[in-house]
Amino acid sequence: MAPILEAKKINKYFKKPVLFHVLKDLYFSIEEGQFVSIMGKSGCGKSTLLYILSTMDREYEGELFLGGEKLTGKSGKDLARVRNEMIGFVFQFHYLLAEFSVLDNVMFPARKLAKKSHAQIKKDALEKLDMLGIPHLAHKKASMISGGEKQRVAIARALINDPLIIMGDEPTGNLDQKNSENVFNIFKKLSQDERLSLLIVTHDPDFAEKTDRIIQMEDGRINK
Amino acid sequence: MKTNIRLLLDITKTNLLSRFKQTSVAALGVTFGIGTFIILMGFMTGLNGLLDGLILNRTPHIHIFNEIKPSDQQPVEKAPGFSTAFNIIRSVKPKNSQARIHNALPLISDLKKDARVRGVTPQVSAQVFYIAGPIELNGLLNGIQVMDEVRLFNFRDYIVEGSPEELLKQDNGILLGAGLAEKMSLSVGSRIQITSPGRGVFPLKIVGIFQSGLAEVDDVQSYVNLKMAQQILGEGNNYISDINLKLWDMEEAPEMATTISRLYQITAIDIKTANAQFDTGSTIRNLITYAVSITLLLVAGFGIYNILNMFIYEKMNDIAILKATGFSGLDVKLIFIFQALIIGLVGGLLGLVLGYACSVMIDNAPFETEALPTINTYPVNFNPLFYGIAIIFALVSTFLAGYLPARRAQDIDPVKIIRGQ
Repeated sequence: MAPILEAKKINKYFKKPVLFHVLKDLYFSIEEGQFVSIMGKSGCGKSTLLYILSTMDREYEGELFLGGEKLTGKSGKDLARVRNEMIGFVFQFHYLLAEFSVLDNVMFPARKLAKKSHAQIKKDALEKLDMLGIPHLAHKKASMISGGEKQRVAIARALINDPLIIMGDEPTGNLDQKNSENVFNIFKKLSQDERLSLLIVTHDPDFAEKTDRIIQMEDGRINK
Repeated sequence: MKTNIRLLLDITKTNLLSRFKQTSVAALGVTFGIGTFIILMGFMTGLNGLLDGLILNRTPHIHIFNEIKPSDQQPVEKAPGFSTAFNIIRSVKPKNSQARIHNALPLISDLKKDARVRGVTPQVSAQVFYIAGPIELNGLLNGIQVMDEVRLFNFRDYIVEGSPEELLKQDNGILLGAGLAEKMSLSVGSRIQITSPGRGVFPLKIVGIFQSGLAEVDDVQSYVNLKMAQQILGEGNNYISDINLKLWDMEEAPEMATTISRLYQITAIDIKTANAQFDTGSTIRNLITYAVSITLLLVAGFGIYNILNMFIYEKMNDIAILKATGFSGLDVKLIFIFQALIIGLVGGLLGLVLGYACSVMIDNAPFETEALPTINTYPVNFNPLFYGIAIIFALVSTFLAGYLPARRAQDIDPVKIIRGQ
């Protein structure tokens, strides 16, 4: 089976304040339905890797493939389209647009993609919120809900365009035990039921333990 | 594409409404800038029009007359053997020539045939004495074809009592200068006697009072029918002392005046030469108006620039998240440019309303002055062109003010913001 995400010989340098080799000849791939976590100490380059994989950081050496398509060398506009259509994002901080309703926030990526009618998008968004157990929040303003709820809204937003892969940068790092477990269970269910691939950077060993595969990073290299 | 624009506009709308106070302040800046521009332009050009009208409308574009002056070429220069010599002639005096224009009637019909000419009016001016009872005042009498003067030179505007038609009906009517009428306590319907040196006394009936606003004119001048003036001077109907021309295009006056004076051997003065200072005055006033308005809009533009810049700093996270979820840099830039343009459009339209309302108020404010008998309120120019310029200016300046912050938003690197936390 072809891998969903594949990275070949990724090298990354920080030029400021001094030249620093962050990522050193990284190779790895993720299969469909695989739930992968990346662990490592602060500064080992795991977030840097995630931002390269997510196409937001374009300054790297090596090659990157998503769903069999080569992403390296594409224009910023095309990459925006790729992020919109194929990648779902969940961050440590919740990053909802505070002035908009929860429903609007979930709908934005789909409206940007503009493949479905407005009514269909709205229906999908409500479905996603329902699936995540927060249908009652749909019409609340995003700034008025709790942190755990925000993270679930962010997951609903990540799912709205039925992406190939979900990427997370410590999505549970800012949540308490209960909410953290909640988010993990949602991810687990998505990978098992929907065959969705997940790539989650985490500091939390308990969280990583329960995933299919752990990528341990140290000093810019993958350890195992 | 269309749905994308709608989506961006939706985001813009919420952004604007969520910062309603700041947005309003920015828009009000534009409103005052545009409003002031409209008021200034309307008022200034209205005033310019009035002043121009005061002088230019009643001034002929070309004035033809016989000027008394020494000949340009003295006889000795024509004599063979002296034409190339350096001749010194002392005490040159002008030749005693007639005040009348030679061959005036053929000249007039010639000029009337010219396509550039809108109208030609002949005049006869005569030095006279006004006699009322024991008083004798000297002055100037102009014989005119009254309806032509009304048509071409707005003569009716200066008749404060009576009407120009009355003059046409009565051969022995006179339109008396307001200053003269006051000095001699005369009013419409009274009689006045006119005498010219060496001629008889002519009793005339006052059919109207005219007031030009210039005291030195109103104190000496009066108007009668052309024929009457010729009679007073004891001359025939081919006696014409001045010919006034009105052209379709005033700009052609200098060139045409030169041609006429060369062709007919006569003095022809064009309006540009006679009233050069008026053109300069109007131009400078317009310049000042534009400078003040542009300064105001510039200040408003800086306000918008500031507010949008602050807004972008506040919204860094939102920009990062939009970019992470698939909005391109251009989308983000458009959101902020839309924001600026909406502020400009709303502020600008309100400015037009404000400017129009103030203009109407100024237009109705009483403005009575002795010098301008036909004016009761301040003059305001409601030229739609100013409104067009104003709204375009509002949009352009807000676009420019919004462009730099929008560019910055476009260039924001989402990674830096998301990692920076």
